[in-house]
This record gives sequence, C-alpha cells and structure tokens, in this order.
Amino acid sequence: MRPENYQAVNHPPSNEYELNFGPNHPGIEGNYAFKVKLNGDRVLEARADGGYLHRGFEKLMEGRLWIQNIALVPRICVPDPVPMEVCYALAIEELCGLEVPERAQWIRVMQLEMSRVAAHLFAFGGHAATTGMYTPMFWGIADRDLILDRFEELTGGRVYHIYNIPGGVRRDLPEGYLGRLSGLLDYLESRLPDYDNLFFTNQVFVRRARDVGTMTQAQALKWGVTGPNLRATGLALDVRRDDPYLVYGRLEFDVPTEAGGDALARNLVRRSELQQSIHILRQVIDRLPEIDGPIRCPIPNPLAWNVPAGEAYTRVESSKGELAYYVVSTGGGKPYRVHVRGPSSMHAVQVLERLAVGSRLEDIAQIMFSLDACPPEVDR
Amino acid sequence: MSGISYKSKGSILNPLKNLAFLGRGSVTEPLEPREASANYRGFHVNDWELCIGCSTCQKVCDNAAITMVKIPGLPEDPVKGVRNERPAIDYGRCCWCGLCVDICPTGSLALSREYVHTCREDELDSYFVLPDPNGIHGHYFPKGWDKSVDADLVDLERQPMTEMESGERIGSFAEIVAGYSDQQAIIEASRCVQCGMCHDSCPTHMHAPEYIRAIWEGNLDEAVRQIYRTNPFSHICGRVCTRRCETACSIGRRGDPVAIRWLKRYAMDSVSDERVREIAAEGKVDYLTGRKVAVIGAGPAGLTAAFDLVKKGHEVTVYEALEKAGGMTRYGIPEYRLPYDRLDADVAVITSLGVGIRYNTRVGRDVTMQQLQQEYDAVLIALGLQMGRSTRIPGSDHENVRRSVELLRMITEGEKFDIPDSAVVIGGGNVAMDIARSLARLQRQAYGEVRVTVVALEDFDHFLADPEEVKEAREEGVEILDSRGPKGCVIDGQGELQGLKTLGVLSIFDEKGRFAPSYDESDEQFHPGHMVIEAIGQMTDTALLGDKLTEQLEWNRGRLRVDEEGHTSVSWLWAAGDMVTGPDVVHAVADGHRVAASIDSTLAD
Repeated sequence: MRPENYQAVNHPPSNEYELNFGPNHPGIEGNYAFKVKLNGDRVLEARADGGYLHRGFEKLMEGRLWIQNIALVPRICVPDPVPMEVCYALAIEELCGLEVPERAQWIRVMQLEMSRVAAHLFAFGGHAATTGMYTPMFWGIADRDLILDRFEELTGGRVYHIYNIPGGVRRDLPEGYLGRLSGLLDYLESRLPDYDNLFFTNQVFVRRARDVGTMTQAQALKWGVTGPNLRATGLALDVRRDDPYLVYGRLEFDVPTEAGGDALARNLVRRSELQQSIHILRQVIDRLPEIDGPIRCPIPNPLAWNVPAGEAYTRVESSKGELAYYVVSTGGGKPYRVHVRGPSSMHAVQVLERLAVGSRLEDIAQIMFSLDACPPEVDR
Repeated sequence: MSGISYKSKGSILNPLKNLAFLGRGSVTEPLEPREASANYRGFHVNDWELCIGCSTCQKVCDNAAITMVKIPGLPEDPVKGVRNERPAIDYGRCCWCGLCVDICPTGSLALSREYVHTCREDELDSYFVLPDPNGIHGHYFPKGWDKSVDADLVDLERQPMTEMESGERIGSFAEIVAGYSDQQAIIEASRCVQCGMCHDSCPTHMHAPEYIRAIWEGNLDEAVRQIYRTNPFSHICGRVCTRRCETACSIGRRGDPVAIRWLKRYAMDSVSDERVREIAAEGKVDYLTGRKVAVIGAGPAGLTAAFDLVKKGHEVTVYEALEKAGGMTRYGIPEYRLPYDRLDADVAVITSLGVGIRYNTRVGRDVTMQQLQQEYDAVLIALGLQMGRSTRIPGSDHENVRRSVELLRMITEGEKFDIPDSAVVIGGGNVAMDIARSLARLQRQAYGEVRVTVVALEDFDHFLADPEEVKEAREEGVEILDSRGPKGCVIDGQGELQGLKTLGVLSIFDEKGRFAPSYDESDEQFHPGHMVIEAIGQMTDTALLGDKLTEQLEWNRGRLRVDEEGHTSVSWLWAAGDMVTGPDVVHAVADGHRVAASIDSTLAD
C-alpha cells in the first residue's frame, strides 16, 4: 500500500466509507491491494494499487546481458512462466534473425501447453477458494504439482524453468519423457469429471459466480481484454490460431467460447481450454519423436553478444491472455528497452476497477480470481 | 466437453455422487527429502582439479552471486593458465539458472541434486559457500544440471586461417598466412570470455582481453592502443610470437584456444602505419630530461627499451652493427613467416618517436665501450644470440658445414652462397625448421626439387619445433627424422662433403637431468648432403665488451649476471634480451620494458 493511501482524510458525515482491501488479504493475489469506497457492502468506487510489489523487471533487464534476462523473465508471472521465456526468446530471435530448429519449436509448444494446464489448475483452484470451497484448490494445486514434476525432469527446475534460450531450448527430452507425459495426461483427463462434479457444475459455485463481474463483448474490446476473459464474452480470439507462432499452425485445436461474460463463463472457458491443451499435448507427443535434429541453433558467446539494432514485437497466448514483448536494441550487449505487455495489467487495473463498481464487497475477490490476474505482471 | 452441461441445475441427488469418495483415503506423502530429477538444478559442485579459476562463471552470473576466492594451498601457474581461485556462491543471490555451468570453459562446474540447506540463527553466513566436488555439505550427491553439448555456451571451434597451399608457397618467400578477414576476426574475437589467463601468462602481460574486446567492437584504434600499452613489436608478435597466451587460454581447455596472435596481427594490419605511429606516440612526455642512453643492438629488447625511454623524455641512441634494425627477428626469421615490410613498420614507429639508430656501427670496432660510458648516462647491451653453436663432431670444421644463423642472415641480406643440391640440418627446433624450409625454397628455385633432411635428437612426442612448422616443412618436401644424433660428417678423398652419419638416440638426458645424449652404436644411418647445417642453439659474442670490462663484470656460466631489473654489476651498464632470457621475441620485449623502467628510475635519482 502506498504511503499516500494511508493519509487520514477528514470526510464529511456520510454513509460511504473507504476500505483497504489488501495487501494482506486471502482474497487478493500477491501483494495487490484495492482501496474501495463502499455504501453498505455495495462498491461505489475501486482504485487498484500495485503496492510494494514492484520489482522493476523492465528496468532491470536494461542493465543485464541479453542472456542473463532469461533467468529474470519467468519471474514476471510465477504461475505461468513459460510464455514469458518463449516470448522474450522469440523477440531476440527476430532481432538476430535466428532460425529456431523445428524440434525446439515443438518442445516449446509442449512446454507452453503444460504451463497453460498448470496455470488453469491453479486459477480455478484459487477462484474456488474465494467462494469458500477449499477442496478444488487443494486438488488443483496437487495436480499442478504433477505437471511441475514433469517440468523438473525436463528443465531441472519446478517453478522457474529457465529452459528457453534465444535460439532454442537448453536440453533435449530425457529418455522416455513423452511416455511419462502421456501417462500424466491420462490421469488429468480422468480427473476432469471429478472437477466438474466438485466445482464446475456444482450449483454452489454456479449460482455464486453467475452474473458476477459481467462485461459485454464491446466493453471487453474497449478495455483491452484478451485471452479466456475475452473468449468468455463470446469472441473467439486466440493468438495461437489468429497469428500462429512456432508450430501452432500445424496443430488442431478449438478456441472455446462462452457467451455469459461473467465470472462463471470465464471459468468455464478455462475448463474447456484444459481439455484443448491436453488435446494439443497429445498431438505433440505423437509428432515429436519423428522430428530429429538440434534443439538450438548456434548462438554467439553470451558475454560478447551484440543484438543488431532494431525493434521487435512478439506475442504469444498465455494462460491469462495475449502476452507480448516489445524489445528495442541499439546494437549493444544489453537491451535498450524491454516492455512487457502483460495481459494482467489490463485485467487487474482498468477492468477490475470498472467491474467492481456496483458489485458487492464479497465479490471483489471472486472477480479478481475469475479474471486470473497476475499482479507481478501488472507492475513490471 | 461432451456430456457436461454447466447450465442445468442438476439432479437433487447430485450430492450423493460424493459417496464415491467414501472409500478413498487421503493421500499422505512421507516427510523425507524426495530425490531430485536427473537434470535438477540444486546446489553447485565444482571439480577443483579441473577448475582453473578463470572466473567466467562470475562474469555470466546474472545476480552477482559468484565471488572468486583465493585458496592458498592450490597450485598457481600463469604459464599453464591456472589460478588458485575457486568460485564461491552466495545462495542469497543465486537463482539456480545454471548459466555458470553452461559457460564454464573447463566443464568443472555443475549443479547437483542436493537442495536442502537450513541453518541456525548464528550460522547465517552458511549461505555463502565454496563448492567442491562433494557439494556444500560434504555429502556426495549425484550431479544434476551438468555440462552438455546441447547447452554449452562456449564456442570451441576457431575460425580457420587461410594459408597458401604447399605447392604454391614453396615457390617463393611470400608470406604463407593470409590473415583474418573483418568478419572472421569479429567472430574469432567474440569467442573470448575475457578471463585474462592470456594476460597473466604473457611475458610482457599484453592486454589481450582488452584488445580482443576492442576488435569485437570494431574499434581497431582502441585495439592498437591496448596493444601498444605493452608491446611496440606487435607486427612481429602478431606473426611469430611463441604465444604462451594461447596455451593458457581457458577456451583451449576443451576446444581450440582463441587465435590471440592472429587477432593481434589483424588489428595491426587493419590500422594504417601513420595512425599506429600517432597512437604509439600517445603519452610521450613533452619535455626532455637531458639524460642520454645508449643501446647496443637494435633488436626487440633494445628497441623496446629505447621506445620506453624516449617516451619518458630521455635521449636514446641505438648502435646497430648490421645494415638494418630488427636483430634476430630480421636476420633469423625467414620472410615467409615475417615479411620485412611489417618489421620495418614496427621499427619506424620507434624511430618516429625520436630514437636515433646508428646502423653499420659495431661497438668494439667503430666505437668503444669506454667512449659510450663517457658520452652517455646509461648503456644497455642487448646483443641477442648471434653466434651459432657447433656440434664439434668430426668433420664439422669443413667449409660446407655451416651454422643456421649465419645462413639465415645471408639469405636475408641477399648475400650469395652456393646453394647445395642436397643438405642435412642438425636440430629439431624452430630455427632448424626455418633454415630447412628456406633452403627448400632456394633449392626449388635453383634445381626444381627439394632435398633437405632434418635430423633431431628428440622424438616426435617431445619435439621442440611447433607442430605446424613440422607439418608445413613436410608438406614442402623436407624429410624430418626424429631420435637421431650426429656422429660425424662424411668427407670423400677429394675433400668434398658427402653427408652426415647419425646414430639412433637411446636417451637425451642422464639420470640427473643433465644434457648427455647416449646413442645406439648399431643403429647408424647415412644422410647424403653437400652441405650440413648446424641448428642446435646460439650464443652471444661478448667480445665487444673488451678485456677490462669483461673482468669487471660478474658472470654466471658464461652468461652475464644481471639482477632482476637487468642491471649488471657495473653501475652504468644494463643487459637485456635473448642474451639474458634466451631466444624469444616476446620475452625480449618484456625484458626491454623491465630494463627501461630500471634505467629510468636510476636516471631520475
């Protein structure tokens, strides 16, 4: 919470009161906070506050070598780090004109979808917890851990994989990896009916989330909403399909939508995407063994690597929406500027501030989790 | 998606579905450390035997988590490229990205599968750890993230150098090596990890990391500036240096070392001679001290000292017995390795600063040491090793038994001599290769074929000449025989030299390590040749000192005794170069600097 928000203000007598929602609140992600103005439990106004979360990623990147930033970028979004790594690598590859070997592209798609599944499990678990249902949260996190096991095996790290490097990836698949991944997908698929019964079709949740935080398609477009949140208003926009990167153009998948535009619809879109991601992963498991070759193209010595001057804008579809990196190089050994277009910066600030107005205090947490906003991505 | 309707309210009996969970127990995981995966990025392990303390891990670390710590008990040898420093990790900063492992030039560093570390309140510094092969707690854990071909960030392959084919190069004394193109030089320079092992190992401590970085940046003026900080003979060293830097190069631990010598040559060749002279003059004082120094011998040592002294404002005069400057680099190294115009460029830089060279002036004949002593405040002798040693085998006093240095000098000066249609060279060092290859070229021009045999005491596993020299000499038609010791020259009844007899070598050194070759008398061979050339080493001709001075000076086994700064036992006399340090250009340059500093500080007193 910023100091100015602590300043006592002498208000005239009124029914309205101000409440600091967060930064230490179970209904808030990270150190995020809201200053809400209430009349009873109706929200009259909400102001988002990034608080002390600010870690200055974009500025830090300007002081580090190109290669050193690969260890920094996954930290921008902890639950879904792979799109950060891939998007940063894609930007440098575009600036340097590096050709990523095909095998590396398939491995990147595999990780991106694994990360999406893990992030969605985390997201609906979080939402469930805001409505008082803690079992889905435990299940979601426990099953996410099984994906992290596969990440650990592939990349050596469970949460921060630091596995994608400009030019490709850092390791080839371990022996028998795809078989184990396939086993995990079987398990996750067998869990989906359980999740449905417990959460997605559970009337306790459905009635609680319906008509909460509703936005129309027009509003969503105006406010810069992307990803599952936009698709929950009925518009099938997905970077993977509309502007295919890596090998997404060669994969079959649907872009699920819902019409409701409310917290329920957003969760249902994620539920459907879980299934689509598993479908994509199955295709990768089928195709990857046929694709031989290197997993990285030759790159210069990282200590003497000047990226040619220019600018690159690369985007990928993360679990939260459209994630983009705008990278400017002046031809030096470090980036001149890196801007991260995190989807959460729209969702957690301008969208949430608006959706909260008119809702009840108890729904703010629900709305935030239904938008799946990631605070570090807001304040980079 | 099929069969699931989110919109229906569902059956009133839905909660009964939960009965399915009645039989399931809760999942409990045992509370013991779980084994990490094979690629796991846990705490570091470092193989101290393999680690050379190059600090490349420290340079790539994104969090400045690595500090190089001196370990006094470990070996340190700049010539071999080994420092007694090892990386210590601050686990308060480390993010386990593993870039240190991927860039480690030696492959000593790895991340293990160990991941548990806790400490009591009074042990907070236990997060600053010096990893060894047993990890941070002394318990063995298998390696996790280790060096792999896929992830290696070190470029192990050198840019190839374009060279003339053997058939083409044997036809003339034109330079063999073409030099790097701009593109090649930048790529080669980009391989450097800036560890500075080259700087430590170089006798004159050239700022190789700095000039390599400048070349990579395309700033060639800066590269030349860095080169001239320590070496005014950079055209020469860019071509014929013995390059201890490349032996010490950390990239060379697993791959080809960075081509430091060729990069120096590239920088020098790419900047115009005028600009080099301007850069070399930077830092020259704009006053005269009024002190006068005489230097005897215009070789690398003498001229380097002259370069340093003239920049400090002293008046320097160099006495050279021969017609041109350069010493053994001119009269001992064939033109195909070191073109004379590059040598002239190096000398021109030094004379442009105001160093006067008196050519064809032999001290002892044209001017005496006593005169120099009276006329100058200090005298430096840097005579070089201009006299060839003799094997003293039977027949070695024949007129067609020659010394390599004498022949090489004659070839340089264009002096005519009868080119033998067949020749035998005794010796296995680079000088033997130089004379063999020079004769091969002359024979090719005179007779159209090459008949040169080199006989060396050493076997090929312990050969003294550079492997490239041996390879190129063979390509040019020179026959090289190892483990052969000279027995005697064969002279026929008419007094004509017919060739050399050699014996097989049993051992070169005795059990005390002294030079005492023993031969297998039964293994005798005859090598025909109308000339025999001895290339077994050189010595200094100190006759110019005169009897009186020779008696005053202190000697050590025939060599002039000097202190660490090159000062002799006579107060006004210093000595430097090959006559003190043995034959090597870059050592002579280093010696020149050292002596110049000593002379300068003495004159300042």
